[in-house]
Amino acid sequence: MAQVATTGTTASLPDKSRPQWPAEFNVFIGLILIALVFEALGWIFQGHSFLLNFQRLSIMVLQVSIVGIIAVGVTQVIITGGIDLSSGSLVGATAMIAMSLAQVSTYERAVFPALTDLPVIVPVGVGLLCGLAAGFVNGALIAYTKIPPFIATLGMMVTARGFAKWYTKGQPVSFPTDDFAAIGAGMNPVLIFIAVAVLFSLILRFTVYGRRTYAIGSNEQAARVSGINVEHHLMLVYGIAGGLAALAGIVLAARGLTAQAGAGVMYELDAIAMAVIGGTSLSGGRGSIIGTTLGMLIFGVIISGFTFLRLDAYYQEMIKGAIIVIAVVQDVYRQRMRGRI
Amino acid sequence: MSADDGRIILQTEALTKHYGGVHALDDANFILRDGEHVAIVGDNGAGKSTFVRQITGVEQPTSGKIFFDGEEVSFKNPIEARDHGIETVFQNLALADDLDVPSNLFLGREETYFNLGPFSILNERSMGQKALSALKTTGVKIPDLKNKIRNMSGGQRQCVAISRAATFASKLIIMDEPTAALGVQETAQVENIIRGLKERGIPLILVSHNLRQVLDLVDRIWVWRRGKIVGAVDRDKTDGNEIVSLITGVKSGVDEEAAFV
Ligand SMILES: Nc1ncnc2c1ncn2[C@@H]1O[C@H](COP(=O)(O)OP(=O)(O)OP(=O)(O)O)[C@@H](O)[C@H]1O
Ligand SMILES: [Mg+2]
Repeated sequence: MAQVATTGTTASLPDKSRPQWPAEFNVFIGLILIALVFEALGWIFQGHSFLLNFQRLSIMVLQVSIVGIIAVGVTQVIITGGIDLSSGSLVGATAMIAMSLAQVSTYERAVFPALTDLPVIVPVGVGLLCGLAAGFVNGALIAYTKIPPFIATLGMMVTARGFAKWYTKGQPVSFPTDDFAAIGAGMNPVLIFIAVAVLFSLILRFTVYGRRTYAIGSNEQAARVSGINVEHHLMLVYGIAGGLAALAGIVLAARGLTAQAGAGVMYELDAIAMAVIGGTSLSGGRGSIIGTTLGMLIFGVIISGFTFLRLDAYYQEMIKGAIIVIAVVQDVYRQRMRGRI
Repeated sequence: MSADDGRIILQTEALTKHYGGVHALDDANFILRDGEHVAIVGDNGAGKSTFVRQITGVEQPTSGKIFFDGEEVSFKNPIEARDHGIETVFQNLALADDLDVPSNLFLGREETYFNLGPFSILNERSMGQKALSALKTTGVKIPDLKNKIRNMSGGQRQCVAISRAATFASKLIIMDEPTAALGVQETAQVENIIRGLKERGIPLILVSHNLRQVLDLVDRIWVWRRGKIVGAVDRDKTDGNEIVSLITGVKSGVDEEAAFV
């Protein structure tokens, strides 16, 4: 190769193959730095360590893992160049649906008195299918009517929330079977998150689905003329995102032993923020589940750090907002650098 | 006409495309024979790319017929055209910037270990090796195939797109201004790829503004003006002046302006 390097196309670009470390590395550094800041503040203001406390760390991960499940789906949507605002509402709607099919017979005011003590597969299966179906509707609207994803999923967001309220006329649904409740018990939400994250990380990296997801986000026109059925693919991606939102709804309901129409409010924004903080580009084509997981952990550290320092929850929201803005600005800045080439 | 004896590979009859009131392509009767290399020339907006989009299934024509390889076809999408053995290098490169070279070469026709529908596992080894040899046969040199397209020069990108088409084309290859943005060396390289295709006997439609290149490379030149085919001349029986006058619509002399036509 060396002797031909001066002819042909190599000559035109010797310097662009600069060493690149994965974008996730920066996020990881960010996570460490934020954790260390709280560690230092811990010693200064509380007189003990923030990080060296296993219980605190478990609760920290537990708190964010349910939104993390959503974020795994949202990351894939954003990689295609889209957005999904409906996931928080789908959490609410599917939590209600699943819980209404998971009630015990000993509770006399069950939503469906004839459908109690069902095997756990029923509420889980029906809940997941409803999420999947709602996601397919999102995807079909976006792919076939060319409505911008923002608007299509905004419509689903309002509709699904309305459905959740209508379903029991606003009443919470409680008293699940032990089997259903077990889904959310202990560290199970974290384990479910890990399973989902590992699965989709591998799928994105090693399957045709993954490669095409990135291709569509990179250049939709190119994907189309290369023979990819972009419409079908988008439906699949949004369907998976809906299914994962439903899974989060099921876990949330099982953990809380109750489902409320207001469950999951604002989760969609937290999930989007986790993805963007984790390096997923809002303009599509780039992102990873590992990055999103790191973004999720940054969220966790901030929430639990503020609790640890006994600071007001209001500050927490404001800092969260600021970090999201920083992440988006960084993304836009990166895009602009690219555009200049 | 020298090429009259070959089998017809592509023919259009009264092919027409209107975008609302814009008559981008009007009543085009075009013929391409097996093994023949032809060029399509014409001013900006003459309808060259529109013609390419109609015969490759990217768009559906308003009216008219397309015959390919002996049968009437109406490709509903680029996949169908590709399945018939037509490969296209579009004017706006159809590459996914965030993917590497093998992923782009095999975009839409990925190789897998076993079929699990969309969740089939990619055979990256095989695609990597085939990409390497594809680039070798087309003479394209790219230092690192794992590099993302985004980090490559315009010339390298163009060569990737052309290698992709050259590798997979079996019956027809179409290039829409493949050297428009390239430097001298890269242009020479693309022209070499085209000569290689001629040797392999694969028919080519080359859209180009570069008359020197056209006269160098192809057998026959089709001239477009304002959506219409205004002439087809054999390379051996013409020169730059005749082509320019056809392009501008000035039949005699090339120094006059065409504004009054
Ligand atoms: N999608 C579209 N909608 C409306 N008009 C279009 C569309 N695509 C092309 N046109 C118009 O059709 C005409 C022909 O365009 P086309 O792209 O085929 O030109 P061209 O010959 O390829 O030009 P160039 O040399 O600049 O590439 C132009 O007037 C263009 O504005
Ligand atoms: Mg054009």
